[in-house]
Amino acid sequence: MTRIKAMTLARYGILATAITLIVVGLARNEQQEVLHKAVKICLECIGIG
Amino acid sequence: MFRMHRDRLKHGGLSFQRIMQLLSVAVFNGYIVGFQKGMIFTGDLKMVCVPVLNCYSCPGALGACPIGSLQATLGVKHHFPFYVLGLMMLFGVLLGRLVCGLLCPFGLVQDLLYKIPFHKHNVPKKIDRPARYLKYCVLLVLVILLPAFAMSKSGIIPPYFCKYLCPAGTLEGGIPHVLLNPQLRKVAGVLFDWKLLVLLFIVLASTIVHRPFCRYLCPLGAFYSLFNRFSFFQMHVDKSKCSGCRVCERACPMVVEITKNCNSAECIRCGKCKTVCPTGAISWGFTGNVAAAVPKTVDTADKV
Repeated sequence: MTRIKAMTLARYGILATAITLIVVGLARNEQQEVLHKAVKICLECIGIG
Repeated sequence: MFRMHRDRLKHGGLSFQRIMQLLSVAVFNGYIVGFQKGMIFTGDLKMVCVPVLNCYSCPGALGACPIGSLQATLGVKHHFPFYVLGLMMLFGVLLGRLVCGLLCPFGLVQDLLYKIPFHKHNVPKKIDRPARYLKYCVLLVLVILLPAFAMSKSGIIPPYFCKYLCPAGTLEGGIPHVLLNPQLRKVAGVLFDWKLLVLLFIVLASTIVHRPFCRYLCPLGAFYSLFNRFSFFQMHVDKSKCSGCRVCERACPMVVEITKNCNSAECIRCGKCKTVCPTGAISWGFTGNVAAAVPKTVDTADKV
């Protein structure tokens, strides 16, 4: 397999993996965990808590 | 030099990079009411991670910080962070470190600080090269391992990177909230002093060295750097046009050996090399021509 083909394969493989992970995450409702954390002032993040 | 001047004239004195950075700041931190009232945006849009290091506790933030979200997801239920990791990989494989060069608000801050006329210093290679591995350690230890496995006595897992290191959180979240909210001002203690100290150190370092935080500490930059070689967005050097003058390498803020490996993990795709190239040998874009993406010579020392 040439290097060019390997690169193309890797590129599309990573893209497919990323999309799969997002879909699985959405199915597990993980976006709500992100929202839950992001809508409150994170005192630790800003150096207070 | 003429090309750079011409590019600036096209956009009314601002470079393409600066326009993109300013647009990005406006888009990712566009909740103006937050700055007026000292509160944060609480809409559903915040379930989406932005591609850049942008504190979700910034009064203007409209999206979530991927590094903060990654720590939160890992820390809360100790499960694999499918959603956040998937989004980060998507940004990485599409753009690579273009995010750092053109979109990151903290990158803009460092770029502007470096413009302050002050003694500039080139970090010796002996120190620079190994020090660049620090950001991978930060990613692995502070962002992944500690939130996943280390629990405090109270059972709460703090976002270690955000809590102890992140200067963007202090600048975008901590300082505005402390200024706007008297109650928070009262409870700000040793930790806030420490974070201010870290921020001050990086601010001072940024006036001497170009983008020290991106080079040595940023975990998000470390993550995206893994994708630079594979991303759909690629840099390309036309060897037939390149005169080997190395003007591009002298202009590069990340000290990348562009003529050897233009898609180095350290390249933040700011476009400075492309602007200064006197022969127009450097180009970039989403490439269907994969040959353009494969470096003809790979310098292992440049793969840091």
